[in-house]
Amino acid sequence: MAKSSDNSRRKFMATTLQSVGLTAFAGVLWSGYSAEAKAAKLVLRPPGALPEEDFLKACIKCGLCAEACVNRDTNVDKETGKQRPGTLKMAKGGDHKLVGTPFFTPRDVPCYMCDDIPCVPVCPSGALSEASVTDEKGELDIKKARMGLAVVHKESCVAFWGLQCDACYRACPLMDEAISLEYQKNDRTGKHAFLLPVVHSDVCTGCGLCEKACVTEKAAIFVLPTDYATGKAGDHYVKGWDKKDQLRVGDRDMDKIETKTKRSEETPVDYLNKEIAY
Amino acid sequence: MALNRREFLKSAAAASAASAVGIAVPSNLQAAANDAEKGWRWDKAACRFCGTGCGIMLATKGGKIVAVKGDPAAPVNRGLNCIKGYFNAKIMYGADRLKTPLLRMNDKGEFDKKGKFRPVSWQRAFDEMEKHAKKALKESGPEGVAVFASGQYTIMEGYAAQKMMKAGFRSNAIDPNARHCMASAVVGFYQTFGIDEPSGCYDDIEITDTIVTWGSNMAEMHPILWSRVTDRKLSNPDKVKVVNIQTYTHRTCDLGDFNIIFSPNTDLAIWNYLAREIVYRDKKGGGKEDIIDWDFVNKHMVFATGPVNIGYGMRRKGEKSLTPVRPDGSAGKYTAKEMQTINKEMEKKISAKEAPALAPFGKKEGEVLKNTPGTLKHWEISFEDYKKSLEPYTLDYVAKIAKGDPNESLESFKKKLQMLADLYIEKDRKVVSFWTMGMNQHTRGTWVNTLSYNVHFMLNKQAKPGSGAFSLTGQPSACGTAREVGTFCHRLPADMMVKNPKHRAHAEKVWGVPAGTLNPVGNQHIMKIHRDIEDGVVKFAWVNVCNAYQDSASAKHWIKAAREMDNFIVTSDGYPGISAMVSDLVLPSAMIYEKWGAYGNAERRTQHWRQQVLPVGDAMSDTWQWVEFAKRFTVKDLWGPYTLRNGKKLPDVRKDAKKMGYNDDTTMYEILFANEKAKKNYPLKPNEFPQKGFDNSEAMGDARNVVGSDGKVFKGYGFMIQEYLFEEYASFGRGHGHDLAPFNVYHKVRGLKWPVVDGKETQWRFNVKYDPYAAKANPGGDFAFYGPLAKALPKGDLTGIKDKKKKPLPNKAKIFARPYMDPPEMPDKEYDTWLCTGRVLEHWHSGTMTMRVPELYRAVPEALCYMHPNDAKAKGVKRGELVWVESRRGKVKARVETRGRNRPPQGLVFVPWFDEKVFINKVCLDATCPMSKQTDFKKCAVKIYKA
Repeated sequence: MAKSSDNSRRKFMATTLQSVGLTAFAGVLWSGYSAEAKAAKLVLRPPGALPEEDFLKACIKCGLCAEACVNRDTNVDKETGKQRPGTLKMAKGGDHKLVGTPFFTPRDVPCYMCDDIPCVPVCPSGALSEASVTDEKGELDIKKARMGLAVVHKESCVAFWGLQCDACYRACPLMDEAISLEYQKNDRTGKHAFLLPVVHSDVCTGCGLCEKACVTEKAAIFVLPTDYATGKAGDHYVKGWDKKDQLRVGDRDMDKIETKTKRSEETPVDYLNKEIAY
Repeated sequence: MALNRREFLKSAAAASAASAVGIAVPSNLQAAANDAEKGWRWDKAACRFCGTGCGIMLATKGGKIVAVKGDPAAPVNRGLNCIKGYFNAKIMYGADRLKTPLLRMNDKGEFDKKGKFRPVSWQRAFDEMEKHAKKALKESGPEGVAVFASGQYTIMEGYAAQKMMKAGFRSNAIDPNARHCMASAVVGFYQTFGIDEPSGCYDDIEITDTIVTWGSNMAEMHPILWSRVTDRKLSNPDKVKVVNIQTYTHRTCDLGDFNIIFSPNTDLAIWNYLAREIVYRDKKGGGKEDIIDWDFVNKHMVFATGPVNIGYGMRRKGEKSLTPVRPDGSAGKYTAKEMQTINKEMEKKISAKEAPALAPFGKKEGEVLKNTPGTLKHWEISFEDYKKSLEPYTLDYVAKIAKGDPNESLESFKKKLQMLADLYIEKDRKVVSFWTMGMNQHTRGTWVNTLSYNVHFMLNKQAKPGSGAFSLTGQPSACGTAREVGTFCHRLPADMMVKNPKHRAHAEKVWGVPAGTLNPVGNQHIMKIHRDIEDGVVKFAWVNVCNAYQDSASAKHWIKAAREMDNFIVTSDGYPGISAMVSDLVLPSAMIYEKWGAYGNAERRTQHWRQQVLPVGDAMSDTWQWVEFAKRFTVKDLWGPYTLRNGKKLPDVRKDAKKMGYNDDTTMYEILFANEKAKKNYPLKPNEFPQKGFDNSEAMGDARNVVGSDGKVFKGYGFMIQEYLFEEYASFGRGHGHDLAPFNVYHKVRGLKWPVVDGKETQWRFNVKYDPYAAKANPGGDFAFYGPLAKALPKGDLTGIKDKKKKPLPNKAKIFARPYMDPPEMPDKEYDTWLCTGRVLEHWHSGTMTMRVPELYRAVPEALCYMHPNDAKAKGVKRGELVWVESRRGKVKARVETRGRNRPPQGLVFVPWFDEKVFINKVCLDATCPMSKQTDFKKCAVKIYKA
């Protein structure tokens, strides 16, 4: 076991070095590299990853997380007894990700949400924060991971056509929590119901098992980095019907209470001293 | 820079797709889509998969099926599909379709059982089949030639196979995979109604107030029906109740007002608890309420029972493969461990769990029950006796034995049982009970089926709009072909039986074969065929439209027998699977839309389709394969005298054949298929509806110019063979309560529910208002249970027959006293866990089609072992790790899942069977309901440990 993991690690390092070497040698590829750096914002990171900007600063591109992922006990192929491809990959040239950083592509290999989260504690730099995936009792809890958020494109989702699919719902490891089904009558047929997948962003970890399972040609449910998949309501308004909603807005930044528009940019005196045309 | 920009746009597009959920398709895109549709031909068909029977439309272009849509005119699905139906257009185009016959050969080109598969011509394939079938006939007689048949045969295929086997080979050893799926429902229908198939229809869903599922994961297995149930619930959420009763929590439970998790096999006790509540709370049963509809019961019901010591449908002592019995406990080809279970077939000590239920039948705890082989025998009893049989099923006893989740409190479980009883009993509340494999795959499957009708009958909630016990079918034509055509060892078309001399005489007349041709002994059901191969009796077996070597329990025995013994196994299939791999010869079959066909769904709806495209490669339909095979056998070859293994003699009918105008060399092809009736009455009309514009590879040959069984290009039979086969088959049932419409009518309508009388379909059978046969049988009355089978019974009590004189019971149905009994194998110290197997929505049966659809394969690439997190913890295994699931018969490696769609209680695991790499039937036990012979795939004992 130790030996195979050594091998894998060497392989990771080799691929990374190879990519780095190539980019260093070939100036032509440099523009490609910078393109990758820009595109990198749409990348899905391992569980516990710091916010992207901080993550990129902290990640030392060592590959230990990806190594732990591929070599985990739960990743053994039934027939061969060997490791299956891991979820986490280290970005190479051409992956359109910042080279050397860990990422995953759910449609290929999603995150299986291991209970013991092997990829996080091995991180030597804190780029993957163990604290962020640890519960109050001090135990690792993969449910706290926020790798991204699953989004449903309802035009291509066949459940919204009335077909009986819910493949994503059944594949969800947090079934009924992260994805639930909403039942609606199908007025066109008069006797069937829509069973529509609804993602709950407060629970979804972004593991991507739904995206992997989606039966449409290109997945109609897919994981995006949380920032890209979420909006934010103003924190000046609290739902009057939801006692917990104040928790959502938290405390307000007193420096940001004041508002400014084109209409309010002048001081009152400046404004008042302008004569009005009549 | 261009690259940069493109990449940037790509990501921008992804982001905008996410934020702009809800944009409409622009109209210029719509126009482009309309252009693309030009040149597509749309035609109607039925979905290839389950028993729901959804209607679809197929688009063909350039000889290929290019698209599918739900048929908006189809009453079952109104244009919708589940995700298997969604992929109907892709199932025929897997890269590894079988395109040519393949024979195991040595380097000299000779057949060699240990050889490798190599392509051969159709002619060579039939040469080998002919040779080996003749050898089998010579060595074992008609019992030596067998067919693994199917509930996925088209009606025409099933009829052709049945005719050649029973009238040609005089062999009843043809039995479908539907035996594994529906047989208990069938015997339940026979015993209760005297005629097969449900009284109600899917329209019940929209009318009922209560849906109770028993051992049925409808949400995954009948998704379109489930969406109708969901719609019904949404229509009136307060009034409409949904209750699900099963051994583990699954998708169907999501909609339940409450769900009952019971300990395997105790559904028998729960049904009897409901019956006890009905009887004991009723005034005539000693209670204070008016619950039973006595007017209905007195007019239409009798009470009945049968013996309880009927065994478990396993192998019996003295059978060749169980001989000799050795001192270490092993016997013949079976290990000592296997024999621990098999020995219960001969005798079983009555357990504390089952003893109270057996007490009214005169049995005591610890007593050794000497089992006889299963029998259908039953006799009439009094209401008092029936009431006595229910006495043990108090709430306390039933809750104690039936509670299936160790983490649920007894109080909670009892409360649910009471709520369930109240729902059934509530006056004017309509109730539908649905079940599938949980009640059918059961060592007391026939019993539990009959128990369901008891409850509905006493409340007069059967055969009425919105009320009734309704057996859901698994396969697309388990009803239409396997059951209605009768491709079972004991059946003939339209509920006729091979053992009934009048029925045989009728079939012989219709089939134009001499009196006495048909074999009266029909006992080679599907497990018996496997066992007969292992015993060396069956020497030639042909697998049709099924995967008999993956779908049968105790699989290692059957595979070993096929590979190592002196026999010849043929598999016809669209794709290579385990059965093909185990075979000696593999034949490439035309798949569903590559041939004319018809299926019949669970609500008695018959649906036809035309051949949409030419088959791939040299594939030909199973009908063609049977008809070509028939060319190889003559009167002289098949119709001489035989002595069966039970000593019964089949007469030499060759002389009578001559009187009918046949001679020694007349082929079965000429007698059974291309006869005068067929050629004269069913001419090709290529310029008329429905034939116009459609291929017919069997009748006319086709542009591929396939070189056929005689080495010449096949040019077609020259008559409308599918219409002939359908019409001749339909003639059996017309006028006998199974009336089907004419062939051409089915090409104009979206299916019709039989009996079709005066052009009208029947929604509720036995109900005078809706069923013309009931109206005829009981003019001016309300119901008539007119089924003719087993309608004269002797009288007795719970312990046996007391008066042998048979009393006729015209138009009556039966309420049966049948106790809870243990299954033969239950968890113990070593094998401490229940194993249940079944399906998942994404895959059909053994996955030969769906595992080749990339999207479905990706969605569910492997079968998982679903288990409770506490069990995983106790066994030291993590989610995602591999475990061995091991029984007394074998073991498989599977990945553990403790979350997700199936959530078993502690002490039970669920492993689906679609995945040949998690070959769970190596682990399962081939115990069957001894009456229906249907395997219990839902229960055996296993141990689980880290792999």
